[in-house]
Amino acid sequence: MMIALGLTFLMPLAWVVSTSLKLPGQVFITPIEWIPTEPKWENYFEVFRRLPFHLFIRNSFFVSIMGTIGMVLSSLTVAYGLSRLRWPGRDFVFTVLLATMMLPAVVTMIPVFIIFKEIRWVGTFYPLWVPAWFGAAFYIFLMRQYMLTLPLELDEAAKIDGASNFRILWQVITPLCGPAVATITIFAFLQHYNAFMEPLIYISESDMYTLPLGLLWFKGRFGNFWHLVMAASMITILPVILLFFFAQRQFVQGAQFTGLAGR
Amino acid sequence: MTATTSAPGIQTQPQTRRRMSAAQRRDLRDGLLFTSPFIFGVLALWVGPMLYSVFLILHKWNMLAPPKFIGAGHFERMLNDPLVGKSLINTAYYTFIGVPLQLVVAFALAVMLNQQIRGLSIYRTIYYLPSITPAVAFAVVWVQILNPEFGVLNEVLHWFGLGPINWLFQPAWAKPALIIMSLWLTGFQMIIFLAGLQGVPQELQEAAEIDGANAWRRFLNVTIPIISPIIFFNMIIGIIASFQVFTTVFIMTDGGPQNATLFMVLYIYRNAFELFRMGYAASLAWILFLIIMAFTAIQFFFANRWVYYEGRL
Repeated sequence: MMIALGLTFLMPLAWVVSTSLKLPGQVFITPIEWIPTEPKWENYFEVFRRLPFHLFIRNSFFVSIMGTIGMVLSSLTVAYGLSRLRWPGRDFVFTVLLATMMLPAVVTMIPVFIIFKEIRWVGTFYPLWVPAWFGAAFYIFLMRQYMLTLPLELDEAAKIDGASNFRILWQVITPLCGPAVATITIFAFLQHYNAFMEPLIYISESDMYTLPLGLLWFKGRFGNFWHLVMAASMITILPVILLFFFAQRQFVQGAQFTGLAGR
Repeated sequence: MTATTSAPGIQTQPQTRRRMSAAQRRDLRDGLLFTSPFIFGVLALWVGPMLYSVFLILHKWNMLAPPKFIGAGHFERMLNDPLVGKSLINTAYYTFIGVPLQLVVAFALAVMLNQQIRGLSIYRTIYYLPSITPAVAFAVVWVQILNPEFGVLNEVLHWFGLGPINWLFQPAWAKPALIIMSLWLTGFQMIIFLAGLQGVPQELQEAAEIDGANAWRRFLNVTIPIISPIIFFNMIIGIIASFQVFTTVFIMTDGGPQNATLFMVLYIYRNAFELFRMGYAASLAWILFLIIMAFTAIQFFFANRWVYYEGRL
């Protein structure tokens, strides 16, 4: 039972890998030949020859890394202000934070587009990664919950030594937030890497396409060549799979954090 | 995210208004300073745009000619636009049939993984991976999987003597096809359920067992109440996301066949970025926004009837 279900879930991915290594003539043979007798690794090179996937990869990584850095820094800073400083208005800001976590993003899609158009950011990478530098409610919330578990004596001791809040955040608190930082890094990276609607709306020049746009373009132009489309899909998926295997523990931990935040 | 955390209450601090010590002033300054990225973000990316979209709702604007005031004209137009009703019904179908099925599948997988089985981490990987792959990639892949002639799904049905089904090319089957695909993506919810299940205290299970409860009753009366906040969390997040589904339909069906998969966000996207009816699209977005908020509020309203929070009577 378990094995059958597992195979069912695995099937689509297995099928991508297998098809991406076939000759065009082998793709439509039924019953499906799951392990191609002679894997055609050339299909992958062929994808790069037909469209500039190296540019798409570069663009995707640029946007994802910039967005991730911004998300981590903003989460740390804002969460510090919400969890370790006492000031009038703090609870109000926190209430606003909880409220925006539930707001569906669709309502701001059009006005935000017009604002970015007014400041001439349409056609640049800025709309894809700059918003992360202002923080996202959910990541700030996760970080705040994590910071609340650290003892306040840490800050007090540092304060007696004359450290400013900035120094306390970077030298005392941040080094202790490793698990939360790891979680936010992974999910922010995935969110930017997988993003589709933002690049679709804001990027028009093909040299600036991210991988999702590039893949869609590839499918539009070479849709009949299933083996190549699957190779292009695999190129898009592969970084995510590698990330997962390198950081498996953090992935699972991250999902657990998320679930616990729901309590 | 839930009733316990969403109502922290604003504490009144009467002394701060009258006279602040130097230390208090510094705390206020630093508090605002550290939270300023978020405060600016909310103003620039939420409050400002939402106010701006009120302007858009009242105007007709194609981004070329100057905006023209039309008052409630967009709402009159919606009433005469058959595609609005169609897209609302499609979105509701996808959400209210899809989300419960997703929760059941994710929960069932989590319960299975919570047994002592061999190769747990392998199964966890298999179920989790699909949910983190880029939507464009799996949408492209599933178009081929659902292909009526050469797709894997019809081949599997064939083994059982069923099919073939014209999945994405037949109005009656297009939405079910998308829902089937969404079940394949429930890995993230499953991991959250699994974490919750692993947190169910063993003592409670044992106590119930001593009281003579069989496995099924223990599941129903111990496990379910303990993890009900997690079910609630997954339900809220699932419904909000499902109402806003876009990428998969945009790539796989582009609303077809015969508008059977024309969902709200796709219709909003078309009006805004293909037809450049900015005012009309903003009005549709507000309608969807209000619908989602209403359903979220309804769920919170009914939550205290079935969601159990430890430490709260």
